[in-house]
Amino acid sequence: MQEIFTAFGEAGRLIAGAEPRLVGIVLLSLRVSLTAVFFASLIGLPLGAAIAIGRFPGRQALIVALNALMGLPPVVVGLLVYLMLSRAGPLGHFGILFTPAAMVVAQTILIVPIIAALSRQVIEDAWQEYREQLRSLGATAFSAARTLLWDTRFSLVIIVLAGFGRAAAEVGAVMIVGGNIEGVTRVMTTAIALETSMGDLPLALGLGIILITLVLILNAGAYWIKEAAQRRYG
Amino acid sequence: MLPLVLDQVCFAVGSKTIIDRVSVEIAEGPRTIILGPNGAGKSVLMRLCHGLFAPTSGSIIWKGATNGRRRQAMVFQRPVMLRRSALANIMYGLELAGISPRERVLRARDVLEAVGLENVADRPARVLSGGEQQRLALARAWALGPEVLFLDEPTANLDPGAAREVESLIGQIRASGTKIVMTTHNLGQAKRLGDEILFLSHGRLVERTPVDSFFIKPASAEADAFIRGELPWN
Repeated sequence: MQEIFTAFGEAGRLIAGAEPRLVGIVLLSLRVSLTAVFFASLIGLPLGAAIAIGRFPGRQALIVALNALMGLPPVVVGLLVYLMLSRAGPLGHFGILFTPAAMVVAQTILIVPIIAALSRQVIEDAWQEYREQLRSLGATAFSAARTLLWDTRFSLVIIVLAGFGRAAAEVGAVMIVGGNIEGVTRVMTTAIALETSMGDLPLALGLGIILITLVLILNAGAYWIKEAAQRRYG
Repeated sequence: MLPLVLDQVCFAVGSKTIIDRVSVEIAEGPRTIILGPNGAGKSVLMRLCHGLFAPTSGSIIWKGATNGRRRQAMVFQRPVMLRRSALANIMYGLELAGISPRERVLRARDVLEAVGLENVADRPARVLSGGEQQRLALARAWALGPEVLFLDEPTANLDPGAAREVESLIGQIRASGTKIVMTTHNLGQAKRLGDEILFLSHGRLVERTPVDSFFIKPASAEADAFIRGELPWN
């Protein structure tokens, strides 16, 4: 018990003192996960809209597959990306294995299904409501998709954040493709895993506190934005 | 682009026939009211005319169509407003119609003034009252300068005051030279706003009669029963 209190105290000092090692890890985490969320949104949101509005053979199978892929185990994604990026792999010549770029790739793959599947649901619900009106006004499928992406923007923010939460919190994929190299590819989750196993509990705990706080702040912010916007725009 | 000629139009969903061999010519001039009990197929017939549904068999032809531009618009029972300002909702319709950005603003402002909503131009459309939203929906359709305006029970969800405003606005639109085709189950409204009645029962067009004689002496037994049933003292 005493140990835990000591660890908390140390963690507090590390955070308060903005210890450089800690700050570096936090910043890298944010950089990797935010970049991954950016690319995943760029792919996932239009994909979700296209599946919501489009009618094509295999659509239902695709929806089921996307829903299933939401539960993709990070270590498996890590392994697959590792195989692709390793020296002998098909994308080996890029030489990005064990760099933050590889981590971005892995996390992007991990959260594209989440963003696509959840936005598909939201946009399809809106499409039910809007379909006749938009078609009456002469909207093509493409402009309808654009309109719906904009009109459901407040719900989509929450979805994108769910993607960020997943990216920031996963260990398996970044551990495999990043290699957890100090100062290069060590992010919050991999650092926590390592420091815990080496017995440096204060650092692990400090990172844990920061991670949870970040996710909490982001979600509180998103919730607040959504509520305010919905009150304002109906 | 009028007249609109329907020839032996049928519409079925699965084995259920909703519109049964309707042949009619809707011509320029008189305000046409599609009347009939619930489930008679009024809304479906209107959606077929507007082009939202394709007939299962038979043909629907705009005899006077000179080019591809759809010079027709529709207003629904429940207005669908986009999550943007009242003004932007009107501009959206104009944008889809291919109107230039400069022209859009001018036209949108004009039409908002014409329907008496200029003071809420910048308010989000979805927080307007039901009556205001329906007037905005009419404005959005009117801004397109349609030759024909289809109205599907435009006042069914409104309180009497708002319904009166919508009715007078429909009069204004008609005065600007737009042909009105409207469904209603409200006999008083049919009398006030109609010149001719298309009476529909079980998906069949039972009779077509000028309003004055329809309410005195309908040609069909079905219409006679409907009028008796709807009158409050029966």
